[in-house]
Amino acid sequence: MTRTHLLVLLIVLAVACALPFVVSNYRTFQLTLVLVYAIALLGLNILTGYSGQISLGHGAFYALGAYCAAILMDKAGVPYWATVPAAGAACFVAGFLFGLPALRLEGLYLALATFALGVTMPQLLKYHHLEKWTGGVQGIVIPKPDPPFGLPLNADQWLYFFTLAVTLAMFVLGWNLLRGRVGRALTAIRDHGIAAEAMGIHNALYKSAAFGVSALYTGVAGALGAIAVQFVAPDSFNIFLSIIFLVGIVVGGLASISGALYGALFIQFVPNIADEISKAAPWAVFGVFMIGFVYLMPTGVAGAVRLLLARRRTP
Amino acid sequence: MEAFLHQVLAGLATGGIYASLALALVMIYQATHLVNFAQGEMAMFATYLAWSLLNAGVPYWPAFLLTIVIAFVAGILVERIVVRPVENSPVLAIVVVFIALLVILNSLAGWIYTYTLKSFPSPFPQQSPFRYMSSHEIGAIGITLVVLAAIYVFFRFTPLGLAMRAAAQNPESARLVGIRVGWMLALGWGLAAAIGAVAGMMVAPIVYLDPNMMGGVLLYAFAAALVGGIDSPGGAVFGGFLVGVLENVLGAFVIGNELKLSVALVLIVGVLLVRPSGFFGKVHVTRV
Repeated sequence: MTRTHLLVLLIVLAVACALPFVVSNYRTFQLTLVLVYAIALLGLNILTGYSGQISLGHGAFYALGAYCAAILMDKAGVPYWATVPAAGAACFVAGFLFGLPALRLEGLYLALATFALGVTMPQLLKYHHLEKWTGGVQGIVIPKPDPPFGLPLNADQWLYFFTLAVTLAMFVLGWNLLRGRVGRALTAIRDHGIAAEAMGIHNALYKSAAFGVSALYTGVAGALGAIAVQFVAPDSFNIFLSIIFLVGIVVGGLASISGALYGALFIQFVPNIADEISKAAPWAVFGVFMIGFVYLMPTGVAGAVRLLLARRRTP
Repeated sequence: MEAFLHQVLAGLATGGIYASLALALVMIYQATHLVNFAQGEMAMFATYLAWSLLNAGVPYWPAFLLTIVIAFVAGILVERIVVRPVENSPVLAIVVVFIALLVILNSLAGWIYTYTLKSFPSPFPQQSPFRYMSSHEIGAIGITLVVLAAIYVFFRFTPLGLAMRAAAQNPESARLVGIRVGWMLALGWGLAAAIGAVAGMMVAPIVYLDPNMMGGVLLYAFAAALVGGIDSPGGAVFGGFLVGVLENVLGAFVIGNELKLSVALVLIVGVLLVRPSGFFGKVHVTRV
């Protein structure tokens, strides 16, 4: 990390802190969702971008996180901030356990299995024996948290700063995890599993741990998302949510930490613009962008930014 | 007992539809070793085309045949234009392209035809000759078997079928004896799209026509293809009927209708873990 990097980061952070005071409450809410998506995309990127395991079902872990938070708040009266780590822990366990059988699946087959998970999730959430906790088709409504310590903020602004703090923590943790031994081990497994094994990397452990950590990130995002939206219902966690995450990492940039942020901005704001054409248009736009990025810009926005910076440095 | 028999027979009928779609998946897998995630949406779109034709006053069977021809051509075009550029890319790129196709077709259908449910006619008479099954169910099974027979005859007895098999099994040698391997792949896509269209037109009278109608069906078709062995057409048909019956019987008597899709999830994950080659697939041994 150079000094320019640090400078850019500080400027971005300063802008991020100033934004909720200059834009409307609705925009603040949208920006909160951008942060939430950024965490989820970082999670998916750890799995798909870094360790090369394709997941088309990450919406399921997001749903699990969201439901954990909602049920803890609604049934057990746990304060909202305490539900976030709890959701993360639950998703870590779930992800790790799903990662164990996933070890035997590669590439396309893992995509298939996770796709099946993503498609099935809404039905599992509607299951009537769980209705006592999940609220069935109706879902759960949760109250909006008030700012603590008499801070001069409204609820939307407070939620934004709370999410920003969690996002920062998650990104710093992710950065530390991925730039060192673990990140290199994961990349080695992705690029050549057998060679990695020969170098003494415990493939099975790293791969299932990557699944767990990835699910943890997505679960934390799910919990924050549920608190921000104040509502969870089975049908908002369908397969298209998982596909949105895939769009996000493809557009933002695979195996890139900053890419998660670009991707999050894309999936939050582009549908708003496309929505004005037709209700179906956002997905057509998403689809076209996915194909376009795969053909023309496989490293995503993050890769393009990196390329531009490199060109400027070496004239 | 009677209820059980009824569920089994109804399962066979939906199973026939899963079998058709599974067959389409296997066609593409055999030719390219890829699993086409957009197969269901391709079938859905073809069914909408058939609906437009019917609405324009075309009688059922001509519309049926015309839709199959259009789907065949469209399948070839999709292979040529969209899939071919990423043919040799990493798996992730290919999966992303398939998913992109899925959402584009889905949203286009919603854009053009709106998301309201449409009823789709069945070509078979209202009165059933057999008390346990509707005539549409019998007809759907019949059509599946006809498609299967046609595919079998095509691959077993025609020179073109032989060329396609050769291109799938050993592209290099096939190219050396003068087979245009690229076009054989495109033809495989065309056939798959055509079979998918048949499946779509058979399922639409049961589930109603809407852009998301194939989501569940595709999942069952995946399960069927995997159970039978992803590279075995006969296995796919067997798997289709098996999954159809399992889904109906388990849904009616064991786990309830609301958890039906998890049957597919469990089957997919279970088969991939325990016996990745399915019942009839070839066991692959890779050298490291």
